[in-house]
Amino acid sequence: MTTRALAVVSGGLSTPSSTRLLADRLTAATVAALRERGDDATVEVVELRTHARDLADDLVTGFANEPLRAAIDTVTGADGLIAVTPVFSASYSGLFKTFFDVLDKDSLTGTPVLLGATAGTARHSLVIEHAMRPLFAYLRAIPAPTGVFAASEDWAGASGVDAELARRIDRAAGELADLIAGRPSTKRPVDPFADVPSFEELLRGA
Amino acid sequence: MQFGVFSVSDITTDPTTGRTPGEAERIQAIVAIAKKAEEVGLDVFALGEHHNPPFFSSSPTTTLAYIAAQTSRLQLSTATTLITTNDPVKIAEDYAMLQHLAGGRVDLMMGRGNTGPVYPWFGQDIRNGIPLAVENYALLRRLWDTEVVDWSGQYRTPLQGFTSTPRPLDGVAPFVWHGSIRSPQIAEQAAYYGDGFFSNHIFWPAEHTKRMVEFYRRRYEHHGHGSPDQAIVGLGGQVFMRRNSQDAIAEFRPYFDNAPVYGHGPSLEDFSRETPLTVGSPQQVIERTLGFREYVGDYQRQLFLVDHAGLPLKTVLEQLDILGEEVVPVLRREFAALKPAHVPDAPTHASRVAARQASPEEVPA
Repeated sequence: MTTRALAVVSGGLSTPSSTRLLADRLTAATVAALRERGDDATVEVVELRTHARDLADDLVTGFANEPLRAAIDTVTGADGLIAVTPVFSASYSGLFKTFFDVLDKDSLTGTPVLLGATAGTARHSLVIEHAMRPLFAYLRAIPAPTGVFAASEDWAGASGVDAELARRIDRAAGELADLIAGRPSTKRPVDPFADVPSFEELLRGA
Repeated sequence: MQFGVFSVSDITTDPTTGRTPGEAERIQAIVAIAKKAEEVGLDVFALGEHHNPPFFSSSPTTTLAYIAAQTSRLQLSTATTLITTNDPVKIAEDYAMLQHLAGGRVDLMMGRGNTGPVYPWFGQDIRNGIPLAVENYALLRRLWDTEVVDWSGQYRTPLQGFTSTPRPLDGVAPFVWHGSIRSPQIAEQAAYYGDGFFSNHIFWPAEHTKRMVEFYRRRYEHHGHGSPDQAIVGLGGQVFMRRNSQDAIAEFRPYFDNAPVYGHGPSLEDFSRETPLTVGSPQQVIERTLGFREYVGDYQRQLFLVDHAGLPLKTVLEQLDILGEEVVPVLRREFAALKPAHVPDAPTHASRVAARQASPEEVPA
């Protein structure tokens, strides 16, 4: 049995937040789906709200302070990522984007990602396709085909979660679990000193 | 070990008074700061090079030659010389000239420059920063170390039968440091040539400096210049001192909060914890600075940034007094007591001329 490291990035700002609620649902479903495939999972959640000032500082200073460094290491070292943002002004929130702005652009290459978004109205439902997917395509991450969008009305079903939303969560979690379970568990610590060309190569223009 | 100050030559509004010094005033202030550095017993004054406001120092050799004429002991250096956008031929000529005028009291610190728009003003492209640094420096070395140069490369008109004049003083080129905040390729370059490596050490956490210096030391040995602890390391640092540490914090805070590079970001306290910035009593600066050695090893040069962010000249001169009277004498003693005999001092013109006489076939890097 392989143990997979799941990282969860939640961009919700209120407490409780529907973004975190969706992130938790996606996480529980993914852990269950991994277990069905014979894998264990550890889960670490990064609440971006707690790093709001750290992220602003990083934009100004160019480096991540210690608490933010830990959050970045959690995300970039994970076998799979669940990324959930609230919709602000027709897109991901600025805080959510800032977190991915300060990552090294190669640090999520090849990482399976489940995309989720929440909004007050279903009219934002394509935000995952028109905003989130291009971001993760740029990062060369591997988003699961199903993204999960939840508007206020999706939380109103009899069991607390609308049956249709629950089905989407399970389908997306299954896809993420397939992407993770099909891969070797590769923690990739980003080491800027690992492949510095030798000076002879630098002189040759390598 | 050498101690000194380095300036980026920024002209910045004093946030406590709203007053901005004119270029004439700030240029004279730099001269006063350099002369004061010698007067209080510091070893090095290093000046930046910039080609855009709010900086004045577009022509460092002019300034340094003027300072050289008014000092007798002070080592003059740069922080940094733009190896990417300057013509290496002009660097070879200008700094050999300065070396003659200053009686050998000259070394340089190479840097790439991280301001994108500057590159095209000089016909270059910031995306070629590393290849430019590699090719231009390789040419610069040839120009200094070889009398007649035939050369062709990617970024400059070829040279046929070219001799850079004046020749380096006593046939020994100025010592070169390579400065970088984040690029291990530059540490590799420094190691390859057996040159010095200078870590900015101001803007980023100590852990980052530690890894860069470790890498440089390892590669210095790989390239056959000596053991890792014999590599030549310099560090930046940033301090503000008053007798009472609370006074230092209160006085420096508005300058910190509005500083061009990191202002309007982290608090002074957060930045002091995350980076080597030390604002407090002279004793605190002594303890923090001695602590640098614990993660970079015995090193050869410590430069402090004391004159930026709009600090008035009077305050800067007071800082130099404190450095010279209370801080550096203690640091000299403590660092010297800790340094093993096989770890070299920072190279000087005299030591390099002596090394060359001892083994003439081996041109010092």
